[in-house]
Order: sequence, then C-alpha cells, then structure tokens
Amino acid sequence: MKKAFPILALLTAVFLSYALYEALVVAPREQTMGDVQRIFYYHVPSAWTAFLLFAINFIASIQYLVRRNPKSDQIANWIVIAVGVLTSIGAYVIRPLPQDVYPSSIVTTALAIVGLYFLIKRLFSEQATDILALTTAEVGVVFCTVVLVTGPLWARPVWGIWWTWDVRLTSTLVLWLIYVSYLVLRRFSTSGQTPVLAAALAVFGALDVPLVYFSIWIFRTQHPQPVIGGGGSIDPRMLHVLLINWLAFLCFAFLVCWSRYQVERMQREVEETQALEALLEPGGNVR
Amino acid sequence: MSAPSGITRATLTKDIRLEWRSKDAINSMLFFALLVVVVFSFSFDPEAEESRHIAGGLVWVGFLFAAIVALNQTWARELRNQVLDAYRVSPAPANALFLAKAVGNFIFVAVLEALMTPLFIMFYRLRALGPAWQLLPVAILGTWAIVVNGTFFAAMSLRTRSREIMLPLLLFPVTLPALISMVEATNVILVGDPSTSAKFWIVLLATYDVVFTTGCLALFETVLHAE
Repeated sequence: MKKAFPILALLTAVFLSYALYEALVVAPREQTMGDVQRIFYYHVPSAWTAFLLFAINFIASIQYLVRRNPKSDQIANWIVIAVGVLTSIGAYVIRPLPQDVYPSSIVTTALAIVGLYFLIKRLFSEQATDILALTTAEVGVVFCTVVLVTGPLWARPVWGIWWTWDVRLTSTLVLWLIYVSYLVLRRFSTSGQTPVLAAALAVFGALDVPLVYFSIWIFRTQHPQPVIGGGGSIDPRMLHVLLINWLAFLCFAFLVCWSRYQVERMQREVEETQALEALLEPGGNVR
Repeated sequence: MSAPSGITRATLTKDIRLEWRSKDAINSMLFFALLVVVVFSFSFDPEAEESRHIAGGLVWVGFLFAAIVALNQTWARELRNQVLDAYRVSPAPANALFLAKAVGNFIFVAVLEALMTPLFIMFYRLRALGPAWQLLPVAILGTWAIVVNGTFFAAMSLRTRSREIMLPLLLFPVTLPALISMVEATNVILVGDPSTSAKFWIVLLATYDVVFTTGCLALFETVLHAE
C-alpha cells in the first residue's frame, strides 16, 4: 500500500489530466450543442462508474449475508449461475426489448455481473465484503452526485430546462436516494450488527431499482416529454474520448475506494484492539 | 413448540386486543390523516376540476404519512419488558412474528382508510368516472405494499438513534415504485379516460408486493437477530 499508492495516485493524476485534455481540446465540437456538449465526457463516465460501484455494493452485500452460513453460500452460488444463464437465454427469447437494448449487451452485462460475483468472493473475506460494501456505497454516492449536478448544467442550455422527470433522470435520483438512506442507516445505527442491517437494505434497494425504472418508464412515456438525445450514432472520435475519460474515472474511483477501504479496515482494527485492551488488566496480564 | 400459524394468530390477537383497548395507533393515525386533508385543502383549490387529476396522489400520500405513525409503534411496544429478546431466544419462527405484525398493521391501516375515504370524497368531491370496483384491488395491494416494507424497515430501525425519523428515510425511497403504481391507478380510475386502463398498474403493484413480501420473509430472521 505504502509504495503502490503514490505511484497509482500519480498515474491517475496524469491519466485524468490527459483525459481532460482529450475532452476539452481533441474531441470534435458538437455541431448543434457546441462546447456545452463536452460536459458529456464527465457526466457519462461518472454515471457508469457510479452504477458499477452500486453493482459491487449489491454483490458485496449479498455475499456478506450469505457467507455467514456455508449452506446458503452454496445455494447462492448456484442461484447466481442460474440467473446468469437464464438472463442470457431470456435476452434472445423475450420480445419486445426496450429501444436501444440489444440481446448481446444484456448477455455481456449478465456475464460481467456473474464474473464480478465470483471475483469478489475470491478476493475478499467475509468481513472484508462489508468494508467493500461501505466503501463502494460512499464513493458511488459521490459519483452519482456528480451525475445529478452535471446533468442539469448541461440540460439548461440544451433543453432550456434544468430538470425533467424523465425515466433516466428520475431513476438515477431514486437510486441516489436509496444509497443516501443506506449511508444514513449505517451512520445512525447503534446496533452492533449494523453491517447485517445495511446489507439487507442494499438488497432491498437493488430489488427496487428495476421496479423503479420500469414504473417510471411506463409512467412518463404515457405523457409527452422533451425529447432526449438518446439513440443515434456517435462520432468515433467522441466515443474514443469518452472511453479514455471513463478509464481515467475508473482509475480515480479505484484509487479513492482503495484508500477509503484501507482507512476503514485500519479503523476497525484499532477498534478491535481497543476492545481487546479494555479486557486486559492494568498490569497487562490477560485475565 | 406450537405451529407457526398458532404463533401468528396469538401475536395478531394480542396486538388487536391491545389496540382495541388503547386505540393509540388508530387515534393518532386518524388525527394525522385529518390534518393532512386539511393542510392539503389550503395548499390548492380542492374543488377545481384539475384537482381530480391529483386526487389519487393526495389520498395515497395522506395514507402513507399516516401509516408511518402506526408502523413506528409496531415494534416499540415489544421493546418494553424485553419481549423481543424473549422472542429471539424462543424457538418460534421469526417469520410467524413478522406476518402477525404485518397483518396487524394492514388491518389498522385498512381501518384508517375505510374511515378516511368518505372524508376525502366529501372534502374533495371525488367521484370515480372509471370502473370504481378496481379501486378495491388497488387499495388492498397498495396498503400491503406500504405495510409489508414498513413493518420490515421498522424492525430495522429499532436499533438506531432517532428511530422515528429513520423509518420514513428508509421506507420512502424503496416504496416509490409502489407509490407511483397506486397513484397512477387511482388517477386513471377517478379520471375515467377510456383510452387508459388501471390494469397495468395493478399488475405492477402485485409484482411489487410479491417481490418485497418474498424479500421481507427471506431477510426478516437475519434482521431480527441482528442486535
């Protein structure tokens, strides 16, 4: 940690500034929106990073719950594999799919999530998954806030309004609300088993997200709305800059998560040591 | 050890008897809902024709706020004399207790709705232009959606500082899809536009109920023992 951290921090800083240069100078000017469109290189990577972090939080929370008991752990493994397989099959069978959604993208997402599940399981111990869940929720909320702030900044000059209750905006806002309530619960809980409660809430939040998206999708598309610039094609140069920015943001998110993770781990170690010391006699002998 | 249904029934009977004698929850809920009706009536013109379009939202937000009052009292009662601790060490299944509490809350909120609906109709001159019978499944499924999650989150917020405020903070974000469905279904029925139907929203509400009832039953034992 001591050696790798400064190196990684330096690399991330260089990468972020390169990405900024790419976004502000190299990327072509958008024809209709002009330079305002460049905020897109911050907005979209933040959103993807936030969603990725929330997905990790969900996986870590599930693992924290199921790994308390070896049997449920095994059942969970099979359920995860089954969900991955069924989603992949379903993507090619179920019609109609929403606009701009392709079966291959669903399969990729499903396989990525299954892979992430087993990767996290390999890399993190049971206690560590809770720290991971806390860290990713905190950093995810920060990135989600960036999304919710840059969105209106872009929308005002382009749409002429700060905010519209469109499906993407609304579900991102609800997602943000759910994770803020998650952090509030962790903060306010006086129970010794806060991680369990928080993990249960994270699972509930994740169950909620598809329902939120679906209900708002139907709810809002029944009424006329300002048209969102969805679909259409993107200039390959723009896509290139976007992906560079996303990589830079991912590095940054990883860096922040990593340091937060270490801090939280040390904090817990300190608390444990203090609790142990309290059990010792003043002379230093164990009772 | 008695059967789970016996435990559910015993807890439910006890709760209803307590409530029947004290009328704590129902009185405070009723008064609170009445206040909501009055406050809303001052924030816009309740007799305008446009009010019909927001009446569904109004009714359900009123019920949701009032239900919080009852939900907050659900577990607080069991903390006195360490009843909940006794329950934890007993071999009784946790879900039997959860179901009893959820059904109890459902009954209280349903009584509240039965008493408040005439008032809403009177004050806001509500009249269903669509098929009115559909309001019944909406009310049942919607109330269950609020109550099942509310009971669960109330148990979760037991061991937090400022418990009373914690429940709405946890409950509202998760309840949003159910709230959208209830409000939209009610509005569609009240407005009676023949081109739209409330059926879709009722199905969505039922899905929400199934998903979250399963979630609650799967996780309640974990939450109950997390002290």
